Amino acid sequence: MSHLQPVPSGTPVPDQAPVADLGALLRQSARGDQQAFAALYDATSARLHGLVLRVIRDPAQAEEVTQEVFLQVWRTAARFDEAKGSPLAWLMTLAHRRAVDRVRAAEAVSRQDTSYHQNNHVVDHDSTAEAAEKSMEARRVRAALAELTPVQREALELAYFGGYTHAEVAVMLDLPVGTAKTRIRDGLIRMRDAIGVGQ
Amino acid sequence: MTAHEIHALSGAYAVDALDDLERARFEDHLAACAECRAEVASLQDAAASFSSMTTAAPSADLRAKILADIKTVRPLPPVVARLDSRRPRRWANLVAAAAVLTVLGGGVTVWQQNHSTSQAPISAVDQIRTAADVTAVTQDLGKGAKATLYRSASLGKAALVTSHLPAAPNGKTYQLWLQNRAGHMVNAGLLDGSGNRAVVLQGDASDATAAGITVEPAGGSQTPSLPVVAVIEFEKAT
Ligand SMILES: [Zn+2]
Repeated sequence: MSHLQPVPSGTPVPDQAPVADLGALLRQSARGDQQAFAALYDATSARLHGLVLRVIRDPAQAEEVTQEVFLQVWRTAARFDEAKGSPLAWLMTLAHRRAVDRVRAAEAVSRQDTSYHQNNHVVDHDSTAEAAEKSMEARRVRAALAELTPVQREALELAYFGGYTHAEVAVMLDLPVGTAKTRIRDGLIRMRDAIGVGQ
Repeated sequence: MTAHEIHALSGAYAVDALDDLERARFEDHLAACAECRAEVASLQDAAASFSSMTTAAPSADLRAKILADIKTVRPLPPVVARLDSRRPRRWANLVAAAAVLTVLGGGVTVWQQNHSTSQAPISAVDQIRTAADVTAVTQDLGKGAKATLYRSASLGKAALVTSHLPAAPNGKTYQLWLQNRAGHMVNAGLLDGSGNRAVVLQGDASDATAAGITVEPAGGSQTPSLPVVAVIEFEKAT
C-alpha cells in the first residue's frame, strides 16, 4: 500500500498513527490469536467499513456486510499470501467484492425500477464518509484522481464506489459498448503509477 | 472473446465491474495468465487506496459482536495441494455434472475383497478391463489427473484406473464409494498411493448408480466427507 511505501524525500510525514504490521496480525490471526485479530480490526475497520458503507449506503446493511467480511477474514487469514499483494489490498478486495455482491443481489430483486440511478453520475466523495480521513494517502489519491481524464475518473468511481458493471457504466456515461472497461483499466493504471503502489 | 479482449478485463475485474459470467470466465483466464495475475494484483492495490477517502468507523457494538463471533469460528488451515481448486460442491451437483457410464445388468461377485482395494491384484483389474462387456468412462480430475472407471456386467465388478493422481494430504487417504439405487454411498475400499493406480472397487458394482472418490482421514470413513474429489455416474451413457 502507498502508506507502506518509502516516502519520497521532501514529502511531509503522513499525519496519522504508525501503521500496524497488518501482515503479522493476519498471520497471528490465522493461528487463532484473537488479540491480534482485535488489533487488526482496530487498525482497519474504519477503512473497511467506510468502503462498504460507501458502496451499500444503507448503514444497517453495511454493518452486516462489514461483520461478514471480518468473519471471512478470521476464517481465511491463512489463505492470505503476501507474495500476491498487500494485506490492506487483500482486505479491501474481500470487502469490495462482498459489498458489490450485496448491492447487485438487492438490485436483482427490484429490477422493475428502471430509472437506473441516472442522477448519480457525479459521485460525491464525502457523502457517506463524515469521518473522511485527511491523511496523506487520501490527499495523494485525490491528487492522482485529478490527473485522470474526466471519463476515466467517472468510470472508475461508478465502478468502484457505485458497484456498477463496466457495461452499465458504458450506458451511464454514453460510451460505446466495450470501452468503459478500457477507461477503467487505463484510469487504474494511471492511479497505480501516480501513487506508487504495487511496485 | 479473443485472448486480447480477455486481458483487457483486468481493470474491470480488479474493481468488481464484471458480471458473474465475465468474472467466471476471467478467473479461468487468470489461472493460466501470470501477466494478468500480476496486473490484477497491482490494480487491486491501487483500487484499495480509494478507501483512504471514505473512512467511517462502524459502531462500537459491531466490534463487540465480531470479537464474540470469532470465538466460535475455527480459522481454516492454509491451502495445501488439492486435487481440484474449484469451490466445493454438493454431492448431488457433482453427480449431475459428472460423466456417465452405461448401466449394465446383474452380475456375480467373483472376488472376495479385503478392506483395502489397493491390495487387489492387477490381474483382477485386467479381468474387468478385458471383459467382453466392459464399459468405460474417463473423468478429468483437474491438474492433469484422470480417472477411468471400468465396469463389467457379467463380472458385476468395477475397477478404477488413475493417472497423475496427486498424493492425498498428510494423514489422509482416498476412499472409493459405490452409490446404490437407494442413493446411499457404500464404502468400496481405500485407494492408497498416488500417480498411476489400478484398483477393483469393493462390493457388487452391477447395481450401483455411481462411483465416488473422496479424501478421508487415514483408515477411511463410514460415510463420505465433502467435498468429493469426483463422482462418476454409471447410468445413461452410451
Ligand atoms: Zn491475461
